[in-house]
Amino acid sequence: MKLVVAYIRHEAFEPIRLELLELGFPSLTIIEVKGSGRQKGITEQYRGTSVTNYLRPKIKIECVVSDHDTQTIVDTILKHARTGSIGDGKVFVLPVEQAYRIRTGESGEETLQIHPDAAAAAT
Amino acid sequence: MPKSRLGRAAALGVLVTLLLPATALAQDGPTLVGVKDELNTTWLMLATCLVFFMQAGFALLEIGMSRGKNAGMGIAKILINFSIGSLIWWAVGYGFAFDTAGEILGTHGFFLGNTTEINGEAAGAAGVGFWAFQLMFATVSLAIVWGTTLERIKFGAYLIFAVVFIGLIYPLVAHAAWSGVGILSRVGSGVQDFAGSSVVHLTGATAAFAAVLFLGPRKGKYGPDGKPRAIPGHSMPLLGLGVLILWLGWFGFNGGSTFTTDSNKFAEVIAVTNMGAIGGVLGATLLIWLVSRKLDVGMMGNGAIAGLVAITAPSGYVEMWAAPIIGFVGGLIVVAGVLAIDKKIDDPVGALSAHGLAGIWGTLACGLFTSDRLAADVGVGKAGLFYGGGLEQLGVQAVAVLVTFFGVFILSAITFGLIKATIGLRVSEEEEDSGLDIAEHGMYGYPEQFIPAPELIGVGSPRPLGSGASSPIGSASEVPA
Repeated sequence: MKLVVAYIRHEAFEPIRLELLELGFPSLTIIEVKGSGRQKGITEQYRGTSVTNYLRPKIKIECVVSDHDTQTIVDTILKHARTGSIGDGKVFVLPVEQAYRIRTGESGEETLQIHPDAAAAAT
Repeated sequence: MPKSRLGRAAALGVLVTLLLPATALAQDGPTLVGVKDELNTTWLMLATCLVFFMQAGFALLEIGMSRGKNAGMGIAKILINFSIGSLIWWAVGYGFAFDTAGEILGTHGFFLGNTTEINGEAAGAAGVGFWAFQLMFATVSLAIVWGTTLERIKFGAYLIFAVVFIGLIYPLVAHAAWSGVGILSRVGSGVQDFAGSSVVHLTGATAAFAAVLFLGPRKGKYGPDGKPRAIPGHSMPLLGLGVLILWLGWFGFNGGSTFTTDSNKFAEVIAVTNMGAIGGVLGATLLIWLVSRKLDVGMMGNGAIAGLVAITAPSGYVEMWAAPIIGFVGGLIVVAGVLAIDKKIDDPVGALSAHGLAGIWGTLACGLFTSDRLAADVGVGKAGLFYGGGLEQLGVQAVAVLVTFFGVFILSAITFGLIKATIGLRVSEEEEDSGLDIAEHGMYGYPEQFIPAPELIGVGSPRPLGSGASSPIGSASEVPA
């Protein structure tokens, strides 16, 4: 099992979510975050005084999938989040030890997504 | 009884002129006629102040219906629009609208005749008061234009359109309907529009319609399948406060359109206005509940506005019993209108329905509900269908709607088309994404919501080195979060 963590632009989220839903990966979490990177901050004038805002708003996606689904998720994110400009974000893949579904107490890969492959691999 | 808005105002002015010798001899004490005249002006100026307050209502209503990233913009827009509007109204708008020398537009009274010798005489104090009252009407009409264009129009468009609208478009309509010599007062026995369902509200909404055709919807309003998506406004409390302030201001808007305290007619008009508003709330609430089984806050607010817009033209012409019915139908129209218009046109505040469709309904409603008593009292037009007047007045009202709509639409479309072709009408996609507050005004309306606390000065800013302050870590005192 892997945890895919992606930092993306706001407008990239909707196409990513729609495609993941179609592919059978409805389970994910997002957090609205601010971060800095090579993207420059914005400088504005407030009452004649300049203000620089280095931390830019991004969406952080967290999604846990089985090992062989990892590349599908990463490819989907790369496909929709890339504009080619600085500030598109990054994707990280982390190992996951174990997963539990709280409602039933089940554990393992079958708790992750409704993707048929994931379900098949678990049985 | 004088026939027109200006007729009545002119009577007011003549009174003042006649009074000049009387005031010169005022050492003998005030005269009854003089006090009555001052009482009239007192009511007119109180009404002027109430109508000015409607600018606050529009500001809050529009800000409440915008997203938080476009909150400060609403304030900047209202301030600049009102300021430019006032200047242009003083310079040319008022003369064009209310001078009676021309058929289509006035030819005298620019700068109130105070600073020029064009018409040879300066306006008296009561005349200046009438000018101020009409200024508030013109700027209300201008404010109505922008709700539809929220969150995506360039600020420059406000500046240019304010000049054209207050300098030409609104004066054309006001001259036609209210100057006493305009084309609409010669249709039948005169168009009944007591306070401006068509002159003010339909005019503003028609210009908004022209604007939105050139502007297009907000980014993301329509999905890839073409279906509309909700873009909820960020503050229903601000929206509600805006609606209630507008409601209060409307008592001056309609009640003040009597211009005088004669026969206490203004009191009746205010009561009738209130019954129109409540009818609108009830009608809109009922329909949106039937459609969605939800008591939608924004729609209830739209209902109040639609009820008020609908009762604006009839407020001086109809009996009390008709007011809640006119308002109720206005409330039904606004909900049906918002639901229908939203499928194709992105109107964030529902102004096309609340001011446009309800304005058309209110103007036509005179042709149905005007009573013979009040038609004679105001001295314009005839009784409506339900008072045995037949269909004549309804036809006259329909002519007013058509003339207003097509006249305003053509001129507004030309103006917005030219703005689009020259400086551009719409902000860039990046500016729209980041919000107009930061893109055009340099700071968010709610900075803490968009800028992380560590980046805001005074909250988590770096401790100056060598300042002698000890680290809070390990200290005995508790550190507040």
